[in-house]
Amino acid sequence: MNEELRNVETIKKRIAYTKFWDRVFLSVGSLATLVGLVLLFTLFIDLFVDGAPRLSLKFLTSFPSRFPEEAGILSAWVGTFLVMLVTAFAAIPVGIAAGIYLEEYARKNWLTDIIEINISNLAGIPSIVYGLLALGLFVYFFKFGESVLTGGLALALLVLPMVIIATREAIRAIPNSIREASYALGATKWQTVQWHIIPYSVGGILTGIIIGLSRAIGETAPIITVGALTFIAFLPSSPVTPDFPFLSFKWLSDPFTVMPIQLFNWVSRPQQAFHINAAATGIVLLLMTLLMNALAIYIRYRSRKKIKW
Amino acid sequence: MSSNLHKKLKERAIEAVLFLSALSSVFITLSIVIVLAYESFGFFREVPLLEFLTGTQWTPLFAEPKFGILPLVTGTLLTTAIALGVALPLGLIAAIYLSEYAPHRLRETVKPVLELLAAVPTVVYGYFALLFLTPLLQVLIPELSGFNALSPGIIMGIMIIPYVSSVSEDAMKAVPMQIREGSYAMGATKFQTAFKVIIPAAFSGIAAAFIMGISRAIGETMVVAIAAGMMPNFTANPLEPVETLTAYIVQVSLGDVPHGTLEYKTIFAAGVVLFLMTLVLNIIGFWLRKRIREAY
Repeated sequence: MNEELRNVETIKKRIAYTKFWDRVFLSVGSLATLVGLVLLFTLFIDLFVDGAPRLSLKFLTSFPSRFPEEAGILSAWVGTFLVMLVTAFAAIPVGIAAGIYLEEYARKNWLTDIIEINISNLAGIPSIVYGLLALGLFVYFFKFGESVLTGGLALALLVLPMVIIATREAIRAIPNSIREASYALGATKWQTVQWHIIPYSVGGILTGIIIGLSRAIGETAPIITVGALTFIAFLPSSPVTPDFPFLSFKWLSDPFTVMPIQLFNWVSRPQQAFHINAAATGIVLLLMTLLMNALAIYIRYRSRKKIKW
Repeated sequence: MSSNLHKKLKERAIEAVLFLSALSSVFITLSIVIVLAYESFGFFREVPLLEFLTGTQWTPLFAEPKFGILPLVTGTLLTTAIALGVALPLGLIAAIYLSEYAPHRLRETVKPVLELLAAVPTVVYGYFALLFLTPLLQVLIPELSGFNALSPGIIMGIMIIPYVSSVSEDAMKAVPMQIREGSYAMGATKFQTAFKVIIPAAFSGIAAAFIMGISRAIGETMVVAIAAGMMPNFTANPLEPVETLTAYIVQVSLGDVPHGTLEYKTIFAAGVVLFLMTLVLNIIGFWLRKRIREAY
């Protein structure tokens, strides 16, 4: 053994030294973790101080205007709602179906490998690239125009990998004994999926869908590239009509704007009064995102508690 | 038995529909590649590739246009570097703290809250960078211009902390408990265990988290579009305004580009560069994550 280490005093000193660094890291670590949380908190406060006085029912029910005090976000939130409707209708069925296929049906072969690599790669592509894809494909190739439909589909592309990944994780948590029990009773594959796999994984799938949609609500870049307008003083046509067949899909081809774009437009203007409007829009957007995230956490918590395998 | 045949056909049809849905991911990737290649092909017919890759001026909207992509690339790299300077140390330290030091209860509350950082819409971060952080920084650094690379870089860094910390923390948690116990049994402190045992053991996972953070920073759009200035500036000075690849695409898209013009094609040329940069990072990250799974 090292001569120096035989001395009790030097050993004690070394122990004290290593313990000192341990304590230093404990404080550095908690500080570093705090930085993010403090900044998140500062952001909330800053946004609320700037924008809260501007929030009112009138702000939600007025169109944007040249006069900042009269401007509101009516066309923006209606646009957001309609675009999300398209996104949900396009991304959810395809995403769940793809997740079910990969977990329950896919054989281990090169094609499955390619699909898996593609999904993880799609999840890492910048959102604005999806915007370029939507511009080239939906606006100019399929001639959907700069419409609600194009915007919704652009965001659906972005949400799709999230829905697939969430579905797969939820399905993977179901133990094999459930499947075996179902087959033992003579059920076919699809019957097993339909009566057991889907109902048991619905909590996890729903969590993934809500988180995906909350991300899509805040996305701006892909919506800008497909040509959403920044100033709209009218609403898309109503999906409900007084005459037969009472439903109209004309709104799908109408021009639109969404809340993040309205925010971007106002924050880019030099006048301070518009910045206040931007902050107020930010509050609405943030509250929606946080509520959706809270809902997702709650659903995950409840579905975990309910099922004990 | 015809009902049996009917049943079999139905099963087959359902499987085919599910398979097509899964295959959609391949179609999406293919269409991204085709659209980017097709639209930028026209661009590269008019602008020589060498000029595009080596030119230091990007002025496609001027009367005498110059098409050197370098200012956009350096702008992207500059803001990304600043973001990483914030996100990598803070994210890694937070991950070590949460995985090795923090009590279980604290970790279970802090982790989801930290993940909210990634859920905040990026336009809101842009607002925060331009109207909160930049004025604050100008008090400290008077020569900082109103639009600059520094403040969006810092905010982007804060935004990607959860990407770095979450994935690194998962990688560290995946290191088996016996390895920790072995280290403690030798008389090591938590600090020594974390830095000499856990980090090396979780290395490929941590590296994958870093790569993911870099990829996010390169592709982030709204924070830089709002606060960095949209000025293609060939500079490494973080106090000056810059423009990133993503911010350029936003700038042109805002002006309602006529289809088929050279101006329209430039955004696809910028998109190709952006796509290739993130594709390379995604492939490295995918390879690293595959290695974690094989490690234990």
